[in-house]
Amino acid sequence: MKKTAYKLVLYVAGSTPKSLEAFANLKRICEEHLKGQYSISVVDLLVTPKLAKGDQIVAIPTLVRKLPPPLKKIIGDLSNKQKVLVGLNLID
Amino acid sequence: MAKTKAAWNRADPGLPKSLSGIQGLDEITLGGLPKGRPTLICGGPGCGKTLLAMEFLCRGALESDEPGVFMAFEEKEQDLISNFASLGFDLKSLVRRKKLAIDYVHIERSEIEETGGYDLEGLFVRLGCAIDSIGAKRVVLDTIEALFSGFSDESILRAELRRLFRWLKDKGVTAIVTGEKGETLLTKYGLEEYVADCVIFLDHRVNEQIATRRLKIIKYRGSGHTTNEVPFLIGKRGISVLPMTSMCLSSVVNSKRISSGIKSLDAMFGDTGYFRGSSILVSGGAGCGKTSFGAQFADSVCRGGERVLYFAFEESQSQLARNMRSIGIGLDRWIDKGLLKIVANRATLCGLEMHLVMLHDAVEEFHPAVVCIDPITTLTGAGLADEAKAMLARILDYLKNEGITILATDLNQAATAGDSTGICISSLCDTWIRISTEPQGHQRRRRLVIIKSRGMKHVQQEKGFEITDKGLRINDIPEASKEA
Repeated sequence: MKKTAYKLVLYVAGSTPKSLEAFANLKRICEEHLKGQYSISVVDLLVTPKLAKGDQIVAIPTLVRKLPPPLKKIIGDLSNKQKVLVGLNLID
Repeated sequence: MAKTKAAWNRADPGLPKSLSGIQGLDEITLGGLPKGRPTLICGGPGCGKTLLAMEFLCRGALESDEPGVFMAFEEKEQDLISNFASLGFDLKSLVRRKKLAIDYVHIERSEIEETGGYDLEGLFVRLGCAIDSIGAKRVVLDTIEALFSGFSDESILRAELRRLFRWLKDKGVTAIVTGEKGETLLTKYGLEEYVADCVIFLDHRVNEQIATRRLKIIKYRGSGHTTNEVPFLIGKRGISVLPMTSMCLSSVVNSKRISSGIKSLDAMFGDTGYFRGSSILVSGGAGCGKTSFGAQFADSVCRGGERVLYFAFEESQSQLARNMRSIGIGLDRWIDKGLLKIVANRATLCGLEMHLVMLHDAVEEFHPAVVCIDPITTLTGAGLADEAKAMLARILDYLKNEGITILATDLNQAATAGDSTGICISSLCDTWIRISTEPQGHQRRRRLVIIKSRGMKHVQQEKGFEITDKGLRINDIPEASKEA
């Protein structure tokens, strides 16, 4: 598999505890399961509110798997690793 | 308009309101929706929630210079634009002119996995962004209940909704939230719990094959409002809520008189005819000459250079003109001069509300001094008797408030029905003339009596009357004169 096959975007609104936790959880899971094959970008909607419309963001935090298709969304602080893996289609 | 607005302000000194601009809604809410607060509009599918909400924004943008944000959870921007184009709202242009912002929020449960805590800050950000982008004063959320099918954690949702409504209030925007009718609650998910200020319920039902729409203000904190169900229509200019008028009898009375067009009848009213701006009912059985009565009145008014709007529910314009020519009343010339307008259609053409709106539109357009409705009875064919009565009350109220003199004819099926009219509207009328025919030997003779005429002296004796080739003429009945 190519590098950065997983293109992930984490939408947050300011540095809230939930957002920080979501980022930390995501980082940990990716390092564990997708090492070297992922990229994470963080979008802070307080800075760029217009980006919320494009990915149809309603809940915060929302993790969007842009690649590979299909588009997937996981909302919440990503504390349940099992669910995150299911959401990213890494396990069934 | 300015006058009525002043009246509303008097009625409600404390609560600032936001004019909806929707015909009739501002009247029944005494000035519009609560300014800077959310209002809940609920009802079943197809009841007109989205339309009402969107019209509120469009009219706000165009008439009150208050830009608005429409957050759609069900319809895409493009669908909204094409749906509303058919009602004459050019959403595209409003968007371009920064009077309107539409944000379509799409939530697809199957795409979303939930893990751990979250909030709906994204929604707040989007809404805030849209509001700031055009300086919006009004917001519509249609329908926010879609969130409940998109997210599984109801406790988070409810907390966030509460926060949302507080946030909207803090923003100072006048908001409409729509909600689907629920089984036991007003809305499926109990939105009424969050919107405490104003709740309006819309209903769409079919009675004897005639569909009617109803609007009811369930509550309006801090303001008076009508508690009745009020019919409304979705017409080509959007929503019209009826009645256009008053909850009170506030028409300004006029003591000027207007001739009935029949000299001998004027004489019965102390030589001067009817009061201007009053309502006159002419009732009688078939073939009594009711239409002639109306036509002669119309002719006389036109002769005086004033306008008459004539609603004919039984005859076409040319038939009416021909028939009246036979008794020496030439209506054609008034039509040609633009003083007389005859609106002829079958009463069953459409529902009562539609008739009321048609009448209203015609009056606004033509500005008549007199309106004839011939016969008013046939309108019962377009709805239930109770509704017909309520509707007639609205028609009469509306015309009276406009200072228009009304002459309505009423077909009394049984000539002997006595002092009742086909649809019991006598109490709504100021003057009631009953005409009848009665057999005398081998002939039928026409009789006329003024049953009542509020506020003026009138002859109470029964008279005879004839239809001659020069119009109607009233004469004494020899026997009656003797009795007197």
